[in-house]
This record gives sequence, structure tokens and C-alpha cells, in this order.
Amino acid sequence: MKILVLISNVPDTTTKIRFTGDNTSFDDAGVQWIINPWDELALTRAMELKEAGGIEKITVANVGEKATEPTLRKALAVGADDAIRIDAPAKDAFYVASQLAEIAVGYDLILAGIEASDYNGNAVGGMLAEILDYNSVSAVSGINIEGDKFIVNREIDGGSQVLNITGPLVAIVQKGIAKEPRIPAMRGIMMARKKPLNVANPIEANERTQFVNFELPPPKAACKMIDEENAKEIIKLLHEEAKVL
Amino acid sequence: MNFELTEEQLMIKQAARDYAQRELIQDVTERDEKAIFPEKHIKNLAELGFMGMMVDPEYGGSGMDTISYVLAMEELSKVDASVSVIMSVNNSLVCYGLSRFGNEDQKQKYLTPLAKGEVIGAFLLSEPEAGSDATHQNTTADEKDDHYVLNGTKNWITSADSASTYIVIAQTYPEKKHRGINAFIVEKDSPGISLGPHEDKMGMRSSDTHSVMFTDVVVPKENRIGEDGFGFKFAMMILEAGRIGIASQALGLASGAMERAAAYAKERKTFGTEIANHQAIAFKLADMAVKIENARNLCLKAAWLKDNHKPITVASAMAKQYAADIAMEVTTEAVQIHGGYGYVKEYHVERLMREAKLTQIYEGTSEIQKIVISRDVLKE
Repeated sequence: MKILVLISNVPDTTTKIRFTGDNTSFDDAGVQWIINPWDELALTRAMELKEAGGIEKITVANVGEKATEPTLRKALAVGADDAIRIDAPAKDAFYVASQLAEIAVGYDLILAGIEASDYNGNAVGGMLAEILDYNSVSAVSGINIEGDKFIVNREIDGGSQVLNITGPLVAIVQKGIAKEPRIPAMRGIMMARKKPLNVANPIEANERTQFVNFELPPPKAACKMIDEENAKEIIKLLHEEAKVL
Repeated sequence: MNFELTEEQLMIKQAARDYAQRELIQDVTERDEKAIFPEKHIKNLAELGFMGMMVDPEYGGSGMDTISYVLAMEELSKVDASVSVIMSVNNSLVCYGLSRFGNEDQKQKYLTPLAKGEVIGAFLLSEPEAGSDATHQNTTADEKDDHYVLNGTKNWITSADSASTYIVIAQTYPEKKHRGINAFIVEKDSPGISLGPHEDKMGMRSSDTHSVMFTDVVVPKENRIGEDGFGFKFAMMILEAGRIGIASQALGLASGAMERAAAYAKERKTFGTEIANHQAIAFKLADMAVKIENARNLCLKAAWLKDNHKPITVASAMAKQYAADIAMEVTTEAVQIHGGYGYVKEYHVERLMREAKLTQIYEGTSEIQKIVISRDVLKE
């Protein structure tokens, strides 16, 4: 059985967000790039499944230019066996899914983080499954393998659902899929350079989205401190200003 | 001149940072308060490859360079200098000593488990009457047939109780003074070794420090490191490399304190604005940043010299003296920026300040470093 983990190259979650070009594009000057945290958890779960036995290899893949290779090599350092980079900027979800569909055939399980922490698109995994005509499950918080079936736990309103699915499967994973991302050991860091990182040419695919304009959220209002004796004031503020009462 | 770190070096720095900020931070205050040895963390760090970073993979090490070691020491020390001193002693005194001067059998038998972090090591040089003055060793190693017999007392030994492998410096030929000193690998459970009580220290409280007494301890001859009489030179060469580790530790204490002070200054308000907007505070942060940058450059330069097999005596002395002294200054100012909150344990900076003090004392006091540096300035 082979696992493919989709990796998004995203700005570090503490990055100060700025825009350029009259607010039409993200300013990536001085940004530190990381593996999308959800994808990192997906990779962790893939590693756990491999350690439990029966997994032939774990491949990681992304759509991105050469500058995204350190992110893929980090995934190799953590423990993926090989990597594929599709050499094109990640334009929009449909474009990315179309590219990934070209290299995803032959994998029994494809893990995608529920969203990338940059644009929070929440779309690539589902689109990829549709293009490939594979089974897919979203909001997956647990996955196990039994024979040739996948046992998938999924969060639903007020409880959880257990599904028994045949592959190939696209599992769109979220919180709970793994406890925390793994820190790469030095042995892994040294081995990462020796593992294959294959570069694939992009196919022709249309972008279906255009970024028109970005806007930062308004600054947070200052915290108002109210004397503990002054309960009436809180009620007044909650009623008149916050309008929650 | 290239100031750029490699992708691997950056990954190691990030790995150390992640471990420190995610794991060490969780119980660091409790371990400090109750003086608990960080057993779980040392095991985890060993699995990640931090306990024998610069040792050849052939002997269980990670095969990294000294630059990577500086980066890792800084990140871990930002949160927990007790863990980083255990790591530093194991890496830059014990593993380095055996890697560089141990013979093949010694490397197989002792270095490999140390580099893998399956066991940890201690370096026994200081004595009640000889700390900085390492030429006067009162611990004796008398030669008898196929073995040596050790007698004497060693002081201030980091990891004395938790270590399994000791490197002990002792006098074999008192009449030859420092040329009669030898270095030995001694197993801690050898008959005749006893420990003094756990030292109740001001800082680095999660690392165990004891005095160690030797009473007729038999050490096989094959456990002597190097030629007969090589011990003093061995100790000096190991210590000058070890200083890079402690310098990086001091650097981490300083940069960790600055990170905390800067974050606090952006949150805490007085006179209607964040205190970072008061020049009195902003300038303190600027002074810290310059000192830290200087210390970091000195550490990396010393590491680069070591990696390129160039002399490091003066460079490592400069790095250690400067980094330790500014660690004391920066951590003290970080407490000042925090005001009253800085004086309570919850905000960590008081602990960093207590820990910084030791970096000016151990592995050669700041004054000893100045002797090394000034001798170089004055040499003919």
C-alpha cells in the first residue's frame, strides 16, 4: 500500500501579513515558510501507519516553484520516502488539484489537510477526489487500515461517525488525526538530501479564481476593564455596545 | 565571507526550537523548583540526535558540525539551561574528548553509547583546591601492574549521579607537575566511588551536581586516554572546545530573556501606552539586541574555526567570556523590564538570570578567559 501526503508551503503562522501591488497580492518578503500545519499532522499519521506495518512508501507532493523545496525536504527529514514537486506556482485550488491529479494515480491513500493556513481554501482535497473519481471523506479525525479497507473516524454534529471505505481514498484530515507533528531527528535531516525529490512539469489547466483585492481585518478593539462592583455597567455595555444581550 | 546557514543547519535550529518551546517549557519551572533531573527530555533529545551531535555516525553520533551545535544550544538554552548543560557536557567534553583522543576500543565501548545518548557522561576535573588552577591535581592515579588506583575528591561535577561514564583527570607523577597528569575513562559503578550530597544550587537546578570521592578505585590501563602524561594537555584542549558550548548556552539565556522582555514590553501598558513605546524600555531592548548579535557572531566564529581545524583557544575564550557576561547583563535587564512580574517565577526571566550567573563561573570563569585573551594580546 502506498500513501501520498499533499503538502502546502505556507507562511509561518506567526507571520505579519502585508499586501503589495495595491492590495492584490500577498507580500512574501522576509517570510519564513513552513509545512501547512494540517498537512504536517497528516504526514505524522502516515508515518504512524507505516510504522504499524504494511505501507510500502510515503510520498509527499506539492505544487510550487523551486523556493518551496526546503518545505518538501523538511517532510523528507520527518520521514517521507520521496517527494514530487510540480513546478508551477500554486495559482488556485482547481489549478492545484488538476496538477496533483496527474501524479496521484497509483496511491491507495491520499491524505490532504483540511485547509491550508494561508488562504484557508478548504477545496483541494475534494476537487482532487472528484477529478480522479475516488472516494473521499472530509473532516477525518482518525484513520486506520484493516486489510484492504480504511476505517475512518469523522466528526459530525454532536458525535462521531465511523466509516468503512474501500480505496483508493482521499482523506481530508483535521484535528485529532495525530497528536502533534514530529520533530525531525538529525539522522532524518541528513538523509533528506539523499532521498529523491522529483520535479514534474505542470499540465495545462485553467485558473478559476482571480484575487481581486485583499484587506486586513480591523484592529482589535481595546479591552475594557470594569470595576468588579460595577456589574450594571457590564450589562449596559453588553446590551448597548456589544449588542449580545 | 558567507553568513548564510545551510538548509540542514536551519532545520536543526528549528528542531531544537520546537522541542524547547513545545516540550521543555512544560515542566521547566517545576523541575527547577524541585531540582528534578530531566530524564524524559534527555531520552527524547537523544532519540533526535542531540546527545552526540558532532560524533561520527560510525560511532552512533549525528555527524553534524559545530555551527549546528551552537544553533541547537542557543535554542534549547532559551528555555532550559539545565537540559542544555547536560547536553553540553556530554557533547563537547565527554564525546568530543573520546572522539578526538580515544582509541578504537575506547570509541567502540564508551563513545558509541554516549553518542547515542543511551548513557550520559561527566567530566571530572575540578577539585576542592583546584578549579581554575587545573595544574594542581590532588587526585592521584598510582600505576600498579595492569591498572591504576585512583584516590581523591572531585568537585562540582555536572551529571555526577546520572552519568554512567566518567572522564577523570588525575595526577600520576606529582614530581612532573602538570606533565604527570593523566585522563581516564572510569565507570561510575566501579567499587570505591562515592558521591557527596546533591548540591542545592542557585540555578541550573534540574541538572545534578555532586562531589565525587575516589577511594582505591581500580581503573584498567586500557582506560587511560592517550600517552602517559597526556592528561593536562587533553583537559585543556577539550575545555577550549567546550567553551563554545557554554558560550552558546549563555547566548541562549540572553536571547531567550530578550524574546520574553520584548513580548512583555509590547503587552504591558503604563501611562496609557505599551511600555515598548517608552524610550527607556525600547533602548534597553536595543542594547540587548546588539550584545546578543555580538555574542552570536563570536560563538559562530569560534565554531567555524573549530569546523575548519584552525586554532580556537582565543576565539572560544572570547566567545565564552563575552557571551557569559552579556547573559548576566541581558537577563538582569529583562527582569527590570518585567518589573515586579520579573521577580516572580511565572515569567521565567528570574530563572534565566539565576542560570546566567553560572555561565560566568563554570568551564573557566570570565576572569580565566581574560587571562587567556590577554596573554594572546601581550605575546611577543
